[in-house]
Amino acid sequence: MEVELKEMLSDLQSLKQSLPDPSLHDSLDKIQSRVEHLADLAKAAPVRRSKVKDMSAEVVDSNPYSRLMALQRMGIVENYERIREFSVAIVGIGGVGSVAAEMLTRCGIGRLLLYDYDKVELANMNRLFFRPDQASMTKTDAAVQTLSDINPDVVLESYTLNITTVEGFDTFMSSLKDKSFCPVKQGSGVDLVLSCVDNYEARMAVNQACNELSQTWLESGVSEDAVSGHIQLLIPGETACFACAPPLVVASGVDERTLKREGVCAASLPTTMGVVAGLLVQNTLKFLLGFGQVSPYLGYNSLKDFFPTMQMKPNPQCSNGACLKRQEEYMLAKPARDAAAKAKMEAEAPSEEGPLHDDNEWNISVVDDCELGGPETKSSDALPEGLTRELPSADEFNNLSAPGAPVTDIDDLEDLRRQLEAINSA
Amino acid sequence: MEGWDPNTKSTLTQIPLLTTKAGPRDGAAWTLRLKEEYKALIAYTQMNKSNDNDWFRISAANPEGTRWTGKCWYVYNLLKYEFDLQFDIPITYPSTAPELELPQLDGKTQKMYRGGKICLTVHFKPLWAKNCPRFGIAHALCLGLAPWLAAEVPILVDSGMIKHKDDATTSTES
Repeated sequence: MEVELKEMLSDLQSLKQSLPDPSLHDSLDKIQSRVEHLADLAKAAPVRRSKVKDMSAEVVDSNPYSRLMALQRMGIVENYERIREFSVAIVGIGGVGSVAAEMLTRCGIGRLLLYDYDKVELANMNRLFFRPDQASMTKTDAAVQTLSDINPDVVLESYTLNITTVEGFDTFMSSLKDKSFCPVKQGSGVDLVLSCVDNYEARMAVNQACNELSQTWLESGVSEDAVSGHIQLLIPGETACFACAPPLVVASGVDERTLKREGVCAASLPTTMGVVAGLLVQNTLKFLLGFGQVSPYLGYNSLKDFFPTMQMKPNPQCSNGACLKRQEEYMLAKPARDAAAKAKMEAEAPSEEGPLHDDNEWNISVVDDCELGGPETKSSDALPEGLTRELPSADEFNNLSAPGAPVTDIDDLEDLRRQLEAINSA
Repeated sequence: MEGWDPNTKSTLTQIPLLTTKAGPRDGAAWTLRLKEEYKALIAYTQMNKSNDNDWFRISAANPEGTRWTGKCWYVYNLLKYEFDLQFDIPITYPSTAPELELPQLDGKTQKMYRGGKICLTVHFKPLWAKNCPRFGIAHALCLGLAPWLAAEVPILVDSGMIKHKDDATTSTES
C-alpha cells in the first residue's frame, strides 16, 4: 500500500507541473495532502513492544509498568514486581473470564492458564474483550492472540477442553500441578484459580479439583437476568466449599406440556460482567500481593447498588469427601495457627510503657475477659443449657448404607453389559 | 413431583433406585455404581418394551462406562422422528447430572445449550439434586429426555425445523 501511495504522489506532482491552468493547483494540493496523510497512516502499522526484563518504576511514557510500580511509592503494595512470580488459572473465558484475563495481563501477571472449550460467537459481542473478527476462533486462542499483543511478558497457556469430562479433568488437574514455572514455591503449580464459568457442573468440577489439591480459589458469577453478581473466596478446609451449601433446589413440579420455550437464553450486560471481573481481579491482586483484605464473599446487586458481604464456615457434613479431609487438616493445624497469630499480635503490639493516664480517680481497670469466662471452647453448634435436640444432629443418610456394605453383587459387569445389548437388539 | 402425568410417575416408581454414590474417578465404587446403572437401564428398557413404549437405545461407548451413545425417537402424527443421543458422565457424577446431547438438533431450538445439550435446568435438575445418589442414567432419560422430546419435537416439526426422513428424501428426489 505504501508503494502505491508513493507512486500516486509522484503522479500528482507531474500532473501539477504539466497543468497550464494555475487555478486548479489549489485542489491538486488538497489531494496531495490527503494522500500524504494516508501514507502516514499506512506507516503507523501495529508495533509490537518487546519483552521487558525487569519492571522499572521510572516515569517515562515508554514504560508499561510505571503506573503499577507507583503503587509501591504510594505505600499500597510492598513489592509490586513479585506479581511476575505468580501463576493464575482462569477457568471459563467468557464475559467475566476474558476481562479478568486482560486485567491481569495489563497488571503484568507472571503466567496465565486459560481454560475453555467454546468458540467466539457474534452473540458474545455485547460483552467486552472479544472482537467480531475473532468469531469462530476458540475463545482460548482468541484470548491468547489479544493478550500476547497487549503484554508479551505474560506467559500464556491455553487449554481448549471441557473440565467436567474425565479426560478434560485429568488434563486440568495435571496442568494445575505443573510446577515448572516457579519450582521453589510450595503447594500446587498455581497461586490462585479463578472460576469464571456459567454453570453448576463446571463449578463443581473446579471445586473438586481445588479441594483435592488444597488450592485456594475465587468463584465468580453473574445472574441469569444480568443485574446481579458475586465473588467468593474458597480456601479448602477453612471456608465453605462450593458443595458445602448446595443450591436451594425447589422441584417446581412442572408439567412437561407447559415447559416454556423461552428459558435457555440468559441475559447479559457488559457493565455487570465488567464490575464482577473488576471485583474479582481486585481481590486477586490483594490476595497475591498481600494488601488490604480479601472479601470472603461479596455480592453485587446492581438495581440498588447494594454490596452485601458475609462469611461461610465449611459444612461438617459436606457431601464432598475431599472437603471433609481438608476440614480435618485445618482443625489439626489449629494450635500452630493460634501460636503464629499470638506471636504476630505480640510483635505488632506496642511495648508497655507504664500507665496510659497519670491519675485513675475511679480505679478503672481493663479485665481480660478470657480469664473470666473459663474454657470458652464451646463449638458454635453447642446448645444452651436446658435445651436438647429432638432430631439427630448429623445426617444419618450416609451411615444407613454402611451396614449393608458388603453387598454381595454376584453379577459381573460384562454380563450386565451383554444383557443390555441383548435387549437393545431384540 | 405433583404436576407430572400419572404415566411418568408410575413408570418412575418401577425403575430400580441406585445406592452407591460414586463417580468415574472412584475406582471400584464406580464399577459398583455402573452395575446398578446397568440394572436400572435393563429394567427400564424391558418395562418400555412390555408397555409398547420403547423409545431409546443406549450403551456404553467405552469400557470405563464414562461415555454413552445411542438413539432416541419420538412419534408425532404417526411419524417416527429419530435422533442420535450421546452424553459423558461428569467427574462430579452423581452430584451433577449427565448433560444429555442430541447433536443433530444443535442450533435448531432455543431449549438447548451449545453442542446439542438439552436444557434440563427447570424440569429435571431439581429432581436429580433431591434424589442424589438414588437416580441414575435411566431416571435421567425418563425424567429429563422424555419430557423434553414430548415438548420439543411437535414444535420442531410444526415449525418445519425438522422433517421426517421420508419427506426429506422425497423432497430431494423431486
